[in-house]
Amino acid sequence: MGAFSVQKWEKLFQNFDPFLEGFGTTLYIVILGLILSLILGIIFGIFSTSHLKVLRGISRVYVEFFQNTPLLVQVFFLYNALPYVGVFMPVKTIGILGVGIYHGAYMSEIVRTGIQAVPKGQEEAAASQGFGYLQSMGYIILPQALKVMLPPLTNVAANLIKNTSILAVIAGGDLMYQADSFASSTLAYGPAYLVVGALYFIICFPLARLSGYLERRFGATPKPKDYSALLSSYETGKGEA
Amino acid sequence: MIRLENVHKSFGNVEVLKGINLDVKEGEKVVIIGPSGSGKSTLVRCMNCLEEPTSGKVFIHNHELNKKSRAFINKIHSAMVFQQFNLYPHLTVLDNLILAPIKLQKVKKSDAIETAMFYLKKVGLEEKAGAYPQNLSGGQQQRIAIARALTMKNRVILFDEPTSALDPEMVQEVLDVMINLSQENNFTMVVVTHEMGFARQVADRVLFVDGGVILEEGTPEHFFDNPENERTRAFLSKIIR
Repeated sequence: MGAFSVQKWEKLFQNFDPFLEGFGTTLYIVILGLILSLILGIIFGIFSTSHLKVLRGISRVYVEFFQNTPLLVQVFFLYNALPYVGVFMPVKTIGILGVGIYHGAYMSEIVRTGIQAVPKGQEEAAASQGFGYLQSMGYIILPQALKVMLPPLTNVAANLIKNTSILAVIAGGDLMYQADSFASSTLAYGPAYLVVGALYFIICFPLARLSGYLERRFGATPKPKDYSALLSSYETGKGEA
Repeated sequence: MIRLENVHKSFGNVEVLKGINLDVKEGEKVVIIGPSGSGKSTLVRCMNCLEEPTSGKVFIHNHELNKKSRAFINKIHSAMVFQQFNLYPHLTVLDNLILAPIKLQKVKKSDAIETAMFYLKKVGLEEKAGAYPQNLSGGQQQRIAIARALTMKNRVILFDEPTSALDPEMVQEVLDVMINLSQENNFTMVVVTHEMGFARQVADRVLFVDGGVILEEGTPEHFFDNPENERTRAFLSKIIR
């Protein structure tokens, strides 16, 4: 009876449904958590580059508070402390809020540095043409910042995926929870954790590849576009002065 | 057209402009020269409110210019050409030229393209419509930037040291475009430059700025042949070899 005996593997594959169910739950929390963290990241990231001190302050407090306290503490707070003030939330909601708010703080910092990495001259060129603050963000600054932001954003996304495993400690019904409860009832710890690791890998690995791909694509000098078809209908030199 | 009334500008404790009064007439070509750190760039940047005066007022066509009115006034009255070109690197040359006319002036896309191609031809770069700024030399980028300023069809064009960041062999191609512009159209031009030959050829009026004040002004003939001020003479003797 080794850690990876044949019987243990058999048990695992006869009881595979909980793993699939956990996989689905984790995927659900990941997707909604990612959306939440992206929204928070963009809002607070733009806040932190604002000219308004009060917005920068709000963003600073959010980022520092959630980056400098453990995710586990935040999740325990939502799960154990909030019910005492009458706030009861389903475990999945706690999961989405927990990882979403926590990683939103990291995304906010990436959005901030991405915006700040765009040379100041770009904002000035936009202002000289008459673009307002939000227009210049939308048409000129953010599209350029996105290049810098995407690789680190995919890293945070991968961390978010892996950190959903923390929900096992509040019976989150997620992948890690299912693996853990299966393992402790069957003692098939070895196969259970190997398989669950592989399932997390399946979600994370494509993201890591995407990050690498984006980094290469954005690093390259763009090739000129061929406008000959578009421009053939315009006789150049006929425009008015 | 452009009127500055007792404009002061400080950065922290450093007072860069110390009371500028200036009236630029419609169609006038004004060249501003002066040693580095004299405040001449800040002066021209006050004319589209990239710098907001600490005190004093700036009027464009009798509209008071400030941070609130900036987007509106710049949209319909002025354009700027920068030392570092500040083309939008994520857009092709053509998209650089048509972005503001389409998004801000609500010009039809086909009309915007026609206008853009007209000015690209004028600066001799119509075959570069599909290129990205990174594909172009500094001189080409600056000529594109001038074309971008022209597609707005605004009557005031501000130049902030447009040839200072260029390799020497590319200076003339940009100056030629600017000289053509000054002859062909009834634009109001304010040019900060170190190119004395250009100043002599194009300027209706030359301003010598030093220490945050206009020390001397006059026609190019007066200015280069009989400068009155001691510091003007010292500056010219250093710069004209």
